Amino acid sequence: MSTSDAQPLIQMQGVNKFFGSFQALKNINLEVRKGERIVVCGPSGSGKSTMIRCINRLEDHNDGHIIIDGKELTDQVKDINAVRREVGMVFQSFNLFPHMTIVKNLMLAQQLVRKIPKAEARETAMHYLKRVKIPEQAEKYPIALSGGQQQRVAIARALCMKPEIMLFDEPTSALDPEMINEVLEVMVDLAKEGMTMICVTHEMGFARSVADRIIFMDEGEIVEEAAPAQFFDNPKSERTKKFLSQILSH
Amino acid sequence: MSFDLNLIAESLPMMLMGIGITFKLLIISGFLGLTLAIFLLLMRISGRWYLSFPAQVYIYVFRGTPILVQIFIIYYGLPQFETVRDSIFWPILREPMGCAILALTLNTGAYVSEILRGGVLGVSKGILEAGSALGMSVRQKFIYLTAPIAARLALPAYSNDVISLLKSTALASTITIADMTGIARTIVADTYAPYEIFISLAIVYMIFTFGIQKLFGVIERYLGRYTQREG
Ligand SMILES: Nc1ncnc2c1ncn2[C@@H]1O[C@H](COP(=O)(O)OP(=O)(O)OP(=O)(O)O)[C@@H](O)[C@H]1O
Ligand SMILES: [Mg+2]
Repeated sequence: MSTSDAQPLIQMQGVNKFFGSFQALKNINLEVRKGERIVVCGPSGSGKSTMIRCINRLEDHNDGHIIIDGKELTDQVKDINAVRREVGMVFQSFNLFPHMTIVKNLMLAQQLVRKIPKAEARETAMHYLKRVKIPEQAEKYPIALSGGQQQRVAIARALCMKPEIMLFDEPTSALDPEMINEVLEVMVDLAKEGMTMICVTHEMGFARSVADRIIFMDEGEIVEEAAPAQFFDNPKSERTKKFLSQILSH
Repeated sequence: MSFDLNLIAESLPMMLMGIGITFKLLIISGFLGLTLAIFLLLMRISGRWYLSFPAQVYIYVFRGTPILVQIFIIYYGLPQFETVRDSIFWPILREPMGCAILALTLNTGAYVSEILRGGVLGVSKGILEAGSALGMSVRQKFIYLTAPIAARLALPAYSNDVISLLKSTALASTITIADMTGIARTIVADTYAPYEIFISLAIVYMIFTFGIQKLFGVIERYLGRYTQREG
C-alpha cells in the first residue's frame, strides 16, 4: 500500500484504560492505515483484547483519543454507532446467535442496522456464506456446526455489514487444531483483498506471512512494533525475545 | 368407612361446571400477570434506581405474603376506602371475581418477573457483545437477542408457575366464587362426604396439571429446537 501520507484509518493517541484501580492499557499510541494488516501478540493479561475492544467501544477508554476514519469515539451514542458500522469484530468464542439459523444470523443486523430489505439481506448473506465456503449450512442452527464452521459464519456475519476494518480477537484459539487452518485461510483471503485488519493471535505462521506489522504488548503497554522479519529475527526488547522463545519453542 | 362411587358419579359433573370459572381465573390472571411481570422486569433491569427499586419492593411484598391474605385484603379491605368505591375500578372490585383475578394477577406477576429475570441473566454476555459490535441498539438487542433466548431459558420455571397459579385459583372459593373448589365445598356441605368429593376434585386438578405440563413440553421443544443437534 502506498497510502502512507493519507490520514490513518485508526488512530489511538495516549490511550489509558483502567478497570477500577488496575491499569489495563498504558499510553497506547497506534496508527493503522487503510489496508494495513496488524497482528497483536503478547502474554495473557497484557491488554490485547482490551485494546481492540476499545476500537469499537466494547470498552470505553479513560484518557486519550481514539479516532476511526476521522470520527472520534466519545460517549455520544451516535458516534459509537457510526464507528461500529465501520468496524467488524470476530470473537474467540464465535458468539453466534444460538436461536437463529445461520442465514438469519447474517441477515439480522443488515436489516436492523443497515435497513437493508429482507431479500437483499439474504442475498448478501448467501454471498458471504459462499465466500467462507459453507453455503449449504445456511438453514441450520449454530449448534449443528463445528467450531471452525461457526467461526467462519461469524466472519461472514461481520463482513455482511461491509466494514472498513476487521478486528479479530484470538479467532482460532478455541478451535481444535484441524479446524484452525480453515479459519486462517478465510483470513488470508480477506487480507489479500486489502481489508484493514487487526488480529490478536498467536498463530505466528499467519503473522509472518500476512502481517505488515506486528505489535507486541506486555502489561498494558506496546513494547515493540515492527515488520515481521525484523520482529522474529531481530527483536529489540528483552521482553519480546523472552515471549518469542516461549511461544516458538513448541 | 365406605367409598361412595355413586356420589362421585353424581357430583363430578357438578364440579366440572366450575371448570369455566377455574379457567377464567387461570387464563385472565395468567395473561395479565405475565404482562405485569414483563413491566416489572423492564423496571428491574432498567438500570435506573427509581424504577428498579419500586419493582423490587413490589416483588418483595407480594412474594413475602400468603396469597390467601392478599385475596382477603383486596376483597374485604379495599371496599372500606371511599376513594376505591368512587374509582372507576369499583365495578371490578365490587365483584368477588374481579378481586380474585386482581389478587392472582398481582401475585403471579411478582413471581413470574423473577423467573423472567433469571432467563435474562442467563443470556451470555458474548452474544450481546456480538450484537453491539454489529451496531445493534440496546432496544434491538433486547427484542431480538435477550428476549427470545431468555424466554426459552425461563420456560421450565414459568410452566411451574402456571401450575401453581392453577392451584391458587382454588383459593377464590374462599370469597364465594363457584369455581370447581367452590362447588365441591358446597356439595360437601350438603352431603357430608368430604372424602369422596375432595379426592375426585384433587384428581381433576391433577388431570389439568398434566395437560398444562404436556402443553409446555410442546412449547419447550418448539422454542428449544435450536438447542438440539439433530433436526
Ligand atoms: N472487565 C474487566 N474487569 C476487570 N479487569 C479486567 C476486565 N477485563 C480485563 N481485565 C483485566 O485487564 C487485563 C488485560 O485483559 P485483556 O483481556 O485485555 O488481556 P489479553 O491480553 O487479551 O489476555 P488473553 O491473552 O488472556 O486474552 C487483565 O489483567 C484482565 O484481568
Ligand atoms: Mg484476550
